[in-house]
Amino acid sequence: MLSCKHILTMDDLSAADIVQILDTADSFSEVNERRIKKLPTLRGRTVVNLFLEPSTRTRTSFEIAAKRLSADGLNFTASSSATVKGESLRDTARTLSAMSCDLVVVRHKYAGAPQMLAESMDACIVNGGDGMHQHPTQALLDLFTMRSRLGRLEGLTVGIVGDIYHSRVAGSLVPALKKVGARPIVIGPPTLMPARPDVLGADVVYSLDEALPELDVAYMLRVQFERAERMPFPSNREYARFYGMNGARLAAAKPEMIVMHPGPMNRGVEISAEVADSPRSLVLDQVNAGVAVRMAVMYLLLGGAESGVAA
Amino acid sequence: MALLLKGGRVVDPAVGLDATLDIVIRDGVIAEVGEDLSIPKGETIDCAAKVVLPGLVDAHTHLREPGREDEETVESGTRAAAHGGFTAVCAMPNTDPVCDTGSGVRFLLERAEDVGVVRVHVIGAVTRGQRGEALAEIGDMRAEGAVAFSDDGHGIQTGGMARIAMDYLKAFDAVMISHAEDSSLSSGGVVNEGVISTRLGLPGWPAAAEEAMVARDIRLVELTGCRLHLAHLSTAGSIALVRDAKERGLPVTCEVTPHHLFLDEEALSGYDTNLKMNPPLRTAADREALIEAVCDGTVDCIATDHAPHALHEKELEFELAPFGTTGLETALSLVNTHLVSTEKLDWAAVARLMAHGPRAALGLPNVTLAAGSVADITIVDPEAKVEVTRDWLVGTSKNSAFLGARLLGKASDVLIGGYFALRNGKVVA
Amino acid sequence: MGYRMKAEVMDATAIDRALTRIAHEIAEANRGVDNVALAGVVTRGASMAQRLAERIERFEGVAVPVGSLDISFYRDDVATHLNPEVHRTDIPFDVEGRDVVLVDDVLYTGRTIRAAMDAIMDYGRPATIQLAVLVDRGHRELPIRADYVGKNVPTARRERVRVLLTEHDDRDGAVIYEQDGEDE
Repeated sequence: MLSCKHILTMDDLSAADIVQILDTADSFSEVNERRIKKLPTLRGRTVVNLFLEPSTRTRTSFEIAAKRLSADGLNFTASSSATVKGESLRDTARTLSAMSCDLVVVRHKYAGAPQMLAESMDACIVNGGDGMHQHPTQALLDLFTMRSRLGRLEGLTVGIVGDIYHSRVAGSLVPALKKVGARPIVIGPPTLMPARPDVLGADVVYSLDEALPELDVAYMLRVQFERAERMPFPSNREYARFYGMNGARLAAAKPEMIVMHPGPMNRGVEISAEVADSPRSLVLDQVNAGVAVRMAVMYLLLGGAESGVAA
Repeated sequence: MALLLKGGRVVDPAVGLDATLDIVIRDGVIAEVGEDLSIPKGETIDCAAKVVLPGLVDAHTHLREPGREDEETVESGTRAAAHGGFTAVCAMPNTDPVCDTGSGVRFLLERAEDVGVVRVHVIGAVTRGQRGEALAEIGDMRAEGAVAFSDDGHGIQTGGMARIAMDYLKAFDAVMISHAEDSSLSSGGVVNEGVISTRLGLPGWPAAAEEAMVARDIRLVELTGCRLHLAHLSTAGSIALVRDAKERGLPVTCEVTPHHLFLDEEALSGYDTNLKMNPPLRTAADREALIEAVCDGTVDCIATDHAPHALHEKELEFELAPFGTTGLETALSLVNTHLVSTEKLDWAAVARLMAHGPRAALGLPNVTLAAGSVADITIVDPEAKVEVTRDWLVGTSKNSAFLGARLLGKASDVLIGGYFALRNGKVVA
Repeated sequence: MGYRMKAEVMDATAIDRALTRIAHEIAEANRGVDNVALAGVVTRGASMAQRLAERIERFEGVAVPVGSLDISFYRDDVATHLNPEVHRTDIPFDVEGRDVVLVDDVLYTGRTIRAAMDAIMDYGRPATIQLAVLVDRGHRELPIRADYVGKNVPTARRERVRVLLTEHDDRDGAVIYEQDGEDE
């Protein structure tokens, strides 16, 4: 069992919790290789995907995870939900509570929404990404992918490259890496850095080429132009020149360095097509790991929820 | 009818008082201050163990009327003011519609006359609709009784507009109250930029966005000679700029709020929207600089920035919820709890910061505890115990940043022109 | 609450004999082992399955495929009981059309075997599913019986039966524990 009821931020998870999730996900990844990819584990449990910000990848991943565990899943998306009509988040929480669902995955445009939900309802809440804050299941699936390929997490040096400021992925991945004994370095132009990246526990480097030789993992982030008020660099061309992962940089890095990306990729900006499609790119492994990790999270949060009843 | 305030500790540094004295009030005016006074007929109020201060004024209040009467009204806001020990409030113009005409000012003063529990002074908008594009009818508003002018809420963004406003205000001998925020720098920020914005993943509102505007406005004081009052300063850097301006003899005053004095960004461990303020809660170092400036006299007044908001709006996501906390009812208790009972300030300083300071800064008629002064008086029970709960607050909105706080000291009585607005802790309707 | 050892119902020799007999019975009942695969329920069932496979190979000369099943995800009590340590299920043979022998150490309520059958079915449609256990202690809650039994051991519900195997424990054996003192 995990030490927490909700997964709102990486702070909720201990290092032991993380290992348990990854180990459990390992068992689930075997299920995902079967012909019949379905388990009866969460029969009769209700999982709500409350996606108040458009998302196809993450929502689909959680949806498949719930289905493979035989949970009843339902989707509240931005277009179908009442929030567009001005219903407050707490009202949404009250409504979902009245439907007595067991687990709510929430994706929200604004930071803190999962915490507000957790304060107003009984269900387990899993943060599926909130504003610029955190996206813990993404960080977990990234750890899973790194561990599967590199065989360890402790001692890895992971460069997280690009739009750190807007990235909830970085918000969770940096503390996650710290918890498992890896070393995160955030790399990007100062215009894409949060005010105090040191608070998250990362080293800060403005030059990708300077940090590159040290990296075991280059984790490329998409530049979130849609969230930026002003263009944070002069041009995509200039960005790609200084912060893009390309064949030349791949050649200059450690031969075993892997490249990851949470998707969707801007090919030609932060990652060249050549790198994206190379065997050193684990982008599809990450997508694959997403289902197993989310199955593990649901199983560990909902399973044993009533423990103490019987020995 | 006569009233005798018996045996209170009467404190008013403006007239050199700090002693256990009696006060006789006749026809709404202080008739006599002295020892062992008596009145042939009338009422005697026992003020033993209480502190008698010149009536407190809040220089920065949002009454929400007209437009958001669901959040606060002239009536409910002035009741809250009386409950908190204030004899007068200064109403900011960012209502709906904005108070930017003489008739807007007249409306508010008439409402105050009809339903106000304490006195209401009206602050007019500097620019039409507070849009920062063209001057509002400042002269007309002044003629109707506006005491000061402000584009509180967002400030005047361009230096050119601010300069014209400050030049024009001189003709009507009115002070400009500056909401110091360069919105191209605060840029959607909702918490202090730094540790907290990073940890919570929220857009940051950097100290520089305030300090850049404070510096600009002080330069414009030098250019125009207009009197400037800086609202709700929140950073050590702003304080340094004000201290420097005062040393150079410029007509600059400033206020700080109780929430910036007694809370800092560390309070934001979660996403409690009652802690979402504009300007945001700053660092502990900023907070210490504000307290130091309050104690050394750099700060002219403590003003509440009382900002009532509907519950359903404060229940929104942190980035969407409106800025502000209520403040009228908790300010005096907070000041006593954190500054007076800890002996950082004495009651004379409280009178300076909450009675004389705001009146001087905004050019309001002075009120003292000397014979001949209007009997606007605040009586404080410094030992009263207060727990801030939703039920304890009398204002319409309950969005206090201090809900749950246990405080020491509270106004027991408030007299306005010799009449009770608050008596034994209860607001007199 | 604690448990006190009541009796040792099988020693190492008895376990060895029982496994050898079961291996012979499996070969006999299936007329050879060409279509047989073993699936042990983790953790001790999986070790037993390995031991059975070694014996079968010794006298039949055929290496039967062996898999291991973790049935945590198939339990009907996930809501109240969460297995803290989940193992990877490994079925390295095609289940379709096979005679699959489930192997577990102790048969009790039958719920574990029900879950194991569900798990096997998710890999395909076996010709038959058979069940081999070292100890049958009774108290079934489902209509399940074992095809191959090492030893039938009558027990009380309040007792516990533990099978010890050197792969996991310091010796081979089967032990009954009695609850000590008051009920939980």
